[in-house]
Amino acid sequence: MAATSTGIHHRSYTSELRLRATKAEYFRLGLMTVLLLVLPFVLDNYWLSIANTIMIAVIGAVGLNILVGYTGQISLGQGGFMAVGAYSSAILSDRIGLPTPLAILLAVLLTAAVGVFFGLPGLRLKGLYLAIATLASQVIIEFLVRRDYGDFLTEGLGYLNVDRFEFLGFKIGGRDVFEQQWYWILMILAVLAVVSARNIFRTGLGRSFMAVRDQDIAAEAIGVNLTRAKLTAFAVSSAFVGLAGSLTAHYSEVVSWEKFTLDVSILYLAMIIVGGLGSVAGAVYGAIFMTLLPELIRRLANALESTLPFLGDQLPAVRNATFGAIIIAFLIFEPRGLDRIWQRMKDYFRFWPFRY
Amino acid sequence: MSNFINQLAYGLADGSILALAALGFVLIYKATGVINFAQGEFLLVGAYMFYTAFVVLQLPLVLAVVFGVVVATIIGVLVERLILRPMVGENPISIIMVTIGLSMFMKAVVQAFYGTTPKSQPAILPRSSVEFLGATIPLNRLLAIVIAAVVLTAFTIFFRRSRHGVAMRAVADDQQAAMTMGISVRRIFAMAWALAAVSALIAGVLLGDISAVDQNIAAFGLMVFPVVILGGLDSVPGTIVGGLTIGLLHQFTAAYWDAGLAGVVPYIALVLILLVRPYGIFGETRIERV
Repeated sequence: MAATSTGIHHRSYTSELRLRATKAEYFRLGLMTVLLLVLPFVLDNYWLSIANTIMIAVIGAVGLNILVGYTGQISLGQGGFMAVGAYSSAILSDRIGLPTPLAILLAVLLTAAVGVFFGLPGLRLKGLYLAIATLASQVIIEFLVRRDYGDFLTEGLGYLNVDRFEFLGFKIGGRDVFEQQWYWILMILAVLAVVSARNIFRTGLGRSFMAVRDQDIAAEAIGVNLTRAKLTAFAVSSAFVGLAGSLTAHYSEVVSWEKFTLDVSILYLAMIIVGGLGSVAGAVYGAIFMTLLPELIRRLANALESTLPFLGDQLPAVRNATFGAIIIAFLIFEPRGLDRIWQRMKDYFRFWPFRY
Repeated sequence: MSNFINQLAYGLADGSILALAALGFVLIYKATGVINFAQGEFLLVGAYMFYTAFVVLQLPLVLAVVFGVVVATIIGVLVERLILRPMVGENPISIIMVTIGLSMFMKAVVQAFYGTTPKSQPAILPRSSVEFLGATIPLNRLLAIVIAAVVLTAFTIFFRRSRHGVAMRAVADDQQAAMTMGISVRRIFAMAWALAAVSALIAGVLLGDISAVDQNIAAFGLMVFPVVILGGLDSVPGTIVGGLTIGLLHQFTAAYWDAGLAGVVPYIALVLILLVRPYGIFGETRIERV
């Protein structure tokens, strides 16, 4: 599924393994870096909050794409795994009193473990059965979080308040700097997530994930340990997702079960479909697109307030309908997503005036 | 004892409606190999279409049913034509996801046009109740069981006796062989979706009548997954056994243990079945394993 760009000819394995090969790629990397560094100084707080949401979505989407796009194990349990990360890191940091980064780290490890547990059916089941099994895990986790037996999670409140992020005397400031300081934390983590995901797929482990996706029997025949590859994929992916979940908790400073429903799982699936299955960059594009889309729809509805008041009145429904329609449209017309469209655009200009 | 019989009737009524919903799911899976995550939304759309005809347009009951059936058929055929046909030959993940997108779309469109508040609809089935072994059982539940049984029987006879039914079974058995026999596989695919939409319509209308016409119908419809996994993804008798079992399990949990837990117990059962016997009670034991 990973689209290879045409016209780039490698002469050695080292050059093929390199993350970037052409001057244009280095140029784009520089542009991207400048953009990420300048962004917090030009955006107002409102847009910065959207940028922060995008950063968290990027981490979650990259994680999901490792599982679904690269390993071919469909998961509808994203929301549930995020809930595990969010609740565990909130409880570890606030109630038990661990330093927040340590709490987040432990939450990530815990989510990875939970992911492996729910990945166990994946050893026996494929495709549709796995989809149904992860649907069940989503429903079960959602129920456990919502019901909260013995009031262990929320102490009877129904939600959890999370203290302001604090580490080694540094504390996130008040309203005027809140978004900006979070931007730095989230941006660095998102960049780390993207880079490490890209690197995973240059190693033998990452290649074994792809082998499992493309043809599991053949993969086993060439010596890939299927059990290990599948469970590692579940662990790595859930770790990313758990990180996204715990960052959601600390960033929004409140944890409640409504943030981790089946709709969230579908939203993340939509991100990686729109962006491109089996592509780290695609997950990033998808996360940006699907986070900006509701904003766009809201603005459109406001602009058409006078002519089409219906849009504004039914905003959540209109948004969900658009999400659904976009999932369908991308799967039918461009199953490899925005990443493929971008790839094709680059190819077009590289060969211009020739077609290929 | 009387309470037990009451719960039994409630559970069987829910279960037979679930069996109807699952029948549509199994039809699509058998004929076209597609896992339809939007089955619950077909129930939802069916219930609201009937509501539109019966309450908004004030049609008489028979006409409202006809209207519902016609619209359901059109929606079923359109979904097959516009969404599933371009996906033929894609990998299973994409096909599953396209139906997930469809479910999100259908649910949101219903919400956009009808809002989230439950719609009240005049009772179709009589609201009186009958005495049985000391228990007072609402008549509409019993009638729902009867109607579901009649519809399921009708479908079974259709598959066994009618020309189209036999053709559908042939396609389900072996697409290429069916094609060489001159069966139009495309038409069978469209028919499978149309029939599934109609059975979902009947289930949705029954459910709307014994509970309420609201968004919860879709959540109820999601319970077809435990049903079909229990009964077997490709088994019509399995839908009846699975539907009744899950319906009773749901009802008894709600009555004797914990109403909140009732919503999740079918899914716990699902996970256990997947671990022990993934192909279900009646399903074909042809699960791919590596």
